[in-house]
Amino acid sequence: MSSLLKITDLHVSVDEKPILKGVSLNLRQGETHALMGPNGSGKSTLAYTLVGHPKYEVTDGTIEIDGTSINELDPCERARLGLFLAFQYPVTIPGVKVADFLRHAVTNIRTPERKEGEGLIPMRDFRKELKARMEELGMDVEFARRYLNEGFSGGEKKRMEILQLAMLQPKFAILDETDSGLDSDAVRVVSEGLRKLSGPQMGSLIITHHERLLEYNVPQFTHVMLAGRIVETGNADLAHELHNHGYAAVRERHPVEAAEEQEVQQKSVAPIAVPV
Amino acid sequence: MTMSDTAVLEAPIGVGDYQYGFHDPESEYVFKSRRGIDRDVVHQISEMKNEPAWMREFRLEALDIFFQKPMPTWGGDMSGLDFQNMFYYVKASAGQEKSWDDVPEDIRKTYDRLGIPEAEKKFLAGVKAQYESEVVYGSLQEDLAKQGVIFTDTDSAVKDYPDLVREYFGQIIPSADNKFAALNSAVWSGGSFIYVPKGVKIEFPLQAYFRINTQNMGQFERTLIIVDEGASVHYVEGCTAPTYSSDSLHSAVVEIIVKRGGRCRYTTIQNWSNNVYNLVTKRAKAYGDSLMEWVDGNLGSKLTMKYPAIYLMEPGARGETLSIAFAGKGQHQDAGAKMVHCAPHTSSRVISKSISKDGGRASYRGLVKATHDAHHCKSNVVCDALILDSHSRSDTYPYIEVDHNNVTVEHEASVSKIAEEQLLYLMSRGMTEAEAASMIVTGFIEPLVKELPMEYAVEMNKLIELQMEGSVG
Repeated sequence: MSSLLKITDLHVSVDEKPILKGVSLNLRQGETHALMGPNGSGKSTLAYTLVGHPKYEVTDGTIEIDGTSINELDPCERARLGLFLAFQYPVTIPGVKVADFLRHAVTNIRTPERKEGEGLIPMRDFRKELKARMEELGMDVEFARRYLNEGFSGGEKKRMEILQLAMLQPKFAILDETDSGLDSDAVRVVSEGLRKLSGPQMGSLIITHHERLLEYNVPQFTHVMLAGRIVETGNADLAHELHNHGYAAVRERHPVEAAEEQEVQQKSVAPIAVPV
Repeated sequence: MTMSDTAVLEAPIGVGDYQYGFHDPESEYVFKSRRGIDRDVVHQISEMKNEPAWMREFRLEALDIFFQKPMPTWGGDMSGLDFQNMFYYVKASAGQEKSWDDVPEDIRKTYDRLGIPEAEKKFLAGVKAQYESEVVYGSLQEDLAKQGVIFTDTDSAVKDYPDLVREYFGQIIPSADNKFAALNSAVWSGGSFIYVPKGVKIEFPLQAYFRINTQNMGQFERTLIIVDEGASVHYVEGCTAPTYSSDSLHSAVVEIIVKRGGRCRYTTIQNWSNNVYNLVTKRAKAYGDSLMEWVDGNLGSKLTMKYPAIYLMEPGARGETLSIAFAGKGQHQDAGAKMVHCAPHTSSRVISKSISKDGGRASYRGLVKATHDAHHCKSNVVCDALILDSHSRSDTYPYIEVDHNNVTVEHEASVSKIAEEQLLYLMSRGMTEAEAASMIVTGFIEPLVKELPMEYAVEMNKLIELQMEGSVG
């Protein structure tokens, strides 16, 4: 039976400021969902909340995997249950080699009951698998010896996120603007990579401003966020429409949220999400 | 946030807990001097060693200097040191042992637990293991001896190579250099003596293993390394001490000469139990086109004050120091480097990394100096500090003394905390919080660890892991 990530009436605050105001969404293994919306509408907040960022406080609502709440679990425990976030801004971990990091990560995810200090997956098997995944993504095998994200270009960082996705094989993948800040070749590589990984075992929630990623990974559902709520859900055509015509029509159809959005923008000096 | 406590349950070892906290019964000692220090004790040490008169004179002269010199008023807190309540000389067995099987049983047990013979089998070119104040076990591969390489304990060197020793002993670090160098000069015992003849390049690291094993016993080893023209050597020294309730003093002196075109790398990892005062003077003189490198890892101890120095004596000389300090609960690591440019066209580099945790304090104290005719010199100093919690501390004291315009000195310092975003990133890939923190720290010191011989790199990472376990959550 396929697994279900169920988000119900989720309210989230950052520094006591409410950002999400009742988000509900069902993501099933094997499905592809697009999440769109203007800057500051709460897309990244939802992504960080799902993965368990300690700064994002759930004030109401639940996140469940197959009927069990994960609200109280830390990011490590969530990851071991099959949740994965491809970060919009992957951080650098100086001195930690990609291969060492991934071997630890893969071991932990595949054998969640493993205790610290117990053996990692055999080096030979790991290397073979890593090499195969890197070749599929058109990555130089030398990458494995570099320090995690140190000195990586924007495109390399995003490709590294996709490589991690490929190695960890999560049940639920959230991709936070994995296509942003990339040239068109890099977007193609990342989009194709994601398509190859998609299948009945993975549900994806794709946060994007662009259409290219969705051309390769056609969503069954498109959700539109405005002022901390999902205001519309449609199919791939909705994503297409938003891409071509922007959010003016959405704001017209949802005047209450549009007014709230404007109010928040006037209050805050800096935008909540950093536009790229 | 609740954390899984697997790390804590597995091995409840935090900073300050010492992993080699065992010690042998002391009943087997052959000779132990009485507590305290005066001329009689120094005479007695010299007699026990059956030394030539010049060395006895050298000791007695140094003792006078020791009494005259005031305690340093900078660095760390030394108020807990009581010179008259320590043992200055302990002899553990009747003399040099010829093979491993001849080494007394309990000493062998200690070594076994530290993995010495294992290590030797693997890749050591020669082992000098110091137990207490005498070297009881040592071996040197025959081919090195054939090339004229001398690798012995310094006591034997005084007897067997008197001309070499007299020429260099105390020349790099005179007894009057500082109070602790004077103390060492008066009561020194053991340490390594290495001579590498012209053009001889030793491919494998030479290693010595040191261990303090008597309560209240100061260990004052004396190491002298002479690298002749065009020769090269890598000397590795690791130290580990069992836990004791009262304070111990370790005060070594290390002197190195690297002649024209030579290379010397001296690698130390020190992991003292947290009641040891570790006050060490290390200095090298590097001549034309030579390279001297100190690789220095300081873990444990109550207080470490150690600033390996390189005097760049002739054009083309290069000096490099890589150091790492880990200060845990109740510990103060005051470590750094000195680079003294005494000639034009010389260059130096210092990379220092420190980690402080559980209220520990890590200080970088460094000197870059160029004499007035040392033009066209370059020096680059990089200090990175990682502070793991809000009650730990890191300081940087860089001293720069440069008169000449034509000298480039760069100093960069950074202090960082483990970023929440880094923890989140690693945890979102299935690492526990403890694993994530440990991985970040391991990465922080990686630039240094990769310079260590394999065995030491593994040990270093293991030590860091132990220090980190149970540290968060």
